[in-house]
Amino acid sequence: MIHAVQGRGLAIRRGERRLFSGLDFRLEAGSVLALTGANGSGKTSLLRAIAGLIRPEAGEVRFEGAPDAETARSEELHLLGHADGLKGARTALEELSFQASWLGGGVSRLPEAIDRLALEPLLFLEVRRLSAGQRRRLALARLITAPRSLWLLDEPMAPLDTVRRALLASLMQDHLAAGGLIMAAVHDPLPIPALGLEIGA
Amino acid sequence: MSAAIILLRRELGLAWGRGGGPLPALAFYAAITLLLPLAAGSDTDRLAPVSVGLAWMVLALACLLSLDRLFERDFEDGGLDLLMTGPLPLELVCAIKCLAQWLAGGAPLALAAPVAAVLLGADIALTPLILACAVIGALAFAFVGGIGAALALGARRGGLLVAAIVLPLFCPPVIFGGVALYAAELGSGGSAGLLLLGGWTLAAVALSPLAMAAACRNAVA
Repeated sequence: MIHAVQGRGLAIRRGERRLFSGLDFRLEAGSVLALTGANGSGKTSLLRAIAGLIRPEAGEVRFEGAPDAETARSEELHLLGHADGLKGARTALEELSFQASWLGGGVSRLPEAIDRLALEPLLFLEVRRLSAGQRRRLALARLITAPRSLWLLDEPMAPLDTVRRALLASLMQDHLAAGGLIMAAVHDPLPIPALGLEIGA
Repeated sequence: MSAAIILLRRELGLAWGRGGGPLPALAFYAAITLLLPLAAGSDTDRLAPVSVGLAWMVLALACLLSLDRLFERDFEDGGLDLLMTGPLPLELVCAIKCLAQWLAGGAPLALAAPVAAVLLGADIALTPLILACAVIGALAFAFVGGIGAALALGARRGGLLVAAIVLPLFCPPVIFGGVALYAAELGSGGSAGLLLLGGWTLAAVALSPLAMAAACRNAVA
């Protein structure tokens, strides 16, 4: 279980351009960090660097409470963004079960996820038939089915309607109450109290 | 259920879901087998000497066909991110994807190879050896081909690039299999070539996941 994430002196370069440098942050269990900044300032890149998909040019990310960064990344964090890895030709139920079992949750929490995210009517539809908001709800189900302590969310609210935004807010509150950590790249303010970190300021 | 089995089942499901699994590659195999008599004449005396070699070579080409989608779709839709934040090391993920590629594509093609060879006039006594070479060779083609598929990630016209990268790497297994089949045709037994092919395939299975994983990491970053 991760109980804090810390970034020290992080610098990320994409191609010729350095997005940011000397970035420090610290996030404790039970709190949310909202990443803000202009388009292209590096919010997504920061999340991907924390997840270990991008190697930062300088600095390091530390996961306190995990044996090492490798384990933290393969067992203790969710990275969820626009490209959600769901396959258009498969049914929502198939993708839901795969996400759950691949990310380490097993299928025991599927009913809870289906219930909370109102996925019941979608289960037997092919993923390609879902709207952007429905698809996002399906992707969000992995947060429930595979309990992992650090959520890295990239624009989680964007395709959701007002009701589902409130729903996601309650999911996030439950996660925080259970000692989880959330980092979210956002343009609109999050519906729950959050610390702010402006990228590229 | 262990993560490896979960991933293998999904990959097999996806292979069957997107365009009928091995059927298009099998159709390609059949079409080439039919084109040769049309191009070179249907005289059995002309076809029989090249029948085994041709069936073997067309197998290599048919194995190329579906390679460009091996990692490309996962790269585009975020599937690689999901796989990289999962419980298995990326090397193992790549190996499982190639194994699924072999089970869903290469192995059915390998079953077609002896049929094609006999149709073109090969000695029916050669079919066990042709099948053995084809099953082992298709495994090597899947794993070595995966290197090309991973290296071509994100490139435009990836399919051609995959072929250009992979075909030179296909040379050793094609040669070893060819040696085995040729020796058997001459009546001197194909076991030496088959052993070389097996050895090369084992090396490919063991080593190419390292290259694939490195190429995938590079593409994602």
